[in-house]
Amino acid sequence: MMGKTPFLLPEAARKPFALFLGIVFGFLLQKGGVTRYEVIIGQLLLLDFTVLKVMLSAVLAGMLGIQVLLQLKLVALHPKHGSVGSSVIGGLIFGLGFGLLGYCPGTAAGAVGQGSLDALFGGVFGMLLGTAFYSGIYPRIETTVLRWGTFGDITLPEVLHSARWKVVIAVAAVIASALSAMSFLGL
Amino acid sequence: MEWLFLPRWPAVTVGILIGFLECLTFLLLDKPIGCSTAFARTSGMIEKALRGSATAEKPYYRLFPPVIDWEWMFVFGIPLGAFISAVSSGTFRIEWVPSLWAGIFGPGVSSRLITALAGGFLAGLGARWAGGCTSGHGISGSLQLAVSSWLASAAFFAGGILSAMLLFSLARG
Repeated sequence: MMGKTPFLLPEAARKPFALFLGIVFGFLLQKGGVTRYEVIIGQLLLLDFTVLKVMLSAVLAGMLGIQVLLQLKLVALHPKHGSVGSSVIGGLIFGLGFGLLGYCPGTAAGAVGQGSLDALFGGVFGMLLGTAFYSGIYPRIETTVLRWGTFGDITLPEVLHSARWKVVIAVAAVIASALSAMSFLGL
Repeated sequence: MEWLFLPRWPAVTVGILIGFLECLTFLLLDKPIGCSTAFARTSGMIEKALRGSATAEKPYYRLFPPVIDWEWMFVFGIPLGAFISAVSSGTFRIEWVPSLWAGIFGPGVSSRLITALAGGFLAGLGARWAGGCTSGHGISGSLQLAVSSWLASAAFFAGGILSAMLLFSLARG
């Protein structure tokens, strides 16, 4: 049978492979410097643009790679469902925490590995408490706030009524220009 | 092979490699990279251990059962990989208070831990509220051109810039 993803690993191999990918991801985050409090706060104070450079180049490379794999029918997309109440309000709450903590969930895990104990006893513990709190309020906000301004799992090409590859090329050009501008400005 | 042990790699090199990693997870696991769900599953596992099986009946844990899945293994790998990178490049150090924090707010551990705990609480809450974090929305969702992810990413940075600037301007007076 030809599934949507012909190279999907057999069930038993997925967790070991995911562990391996996580190790590589953690290695890369540490090499990029984004597991450092100074680098993340530097970004949020608009003094050091490392975080944005890592994220934008990851989006650029991943977007182009996924587009090629999509044309070859080797992968399926998994865009997340969204609403104003979820994406914007949740995003702002996350952001306020991000600025106080100086790490995000992935980089806090990475920071623990380089010996940053504030990322463990503050970050990881705090995030566990925050997610536990969310599981408690979820039934109440699920039928209210999370439904405000629902737009579902739409993607930019759908909004623009344009072919996916055209939007990919346009977004790639914008990101490449932004990265060049940062390098030109010495950020 | 010396480059493997350098303390820092150029940001764009790291980003491109992360983009390649995303392609691998889509191709071989049929999933985008994400981190915050694993935290929700872990808090569910802890709650289950403390309160018993009624935890699994909570609506949120029916959506995200408190079990070890592939993403949990992925997040478990992150500190291991960062440890390998830090030790092999000589940047591993046990640190309670980051130097930037110590320079502005002083070397006291408790004020840093309380702020980090409050920040972690909001980051964990907000990530699940938005349905993803800087990895799941910021990178994985943005590269799929998902509207939810571009909006959430803008909100992540808007909130982050606001709270970091407020915190540091308060300290500087």
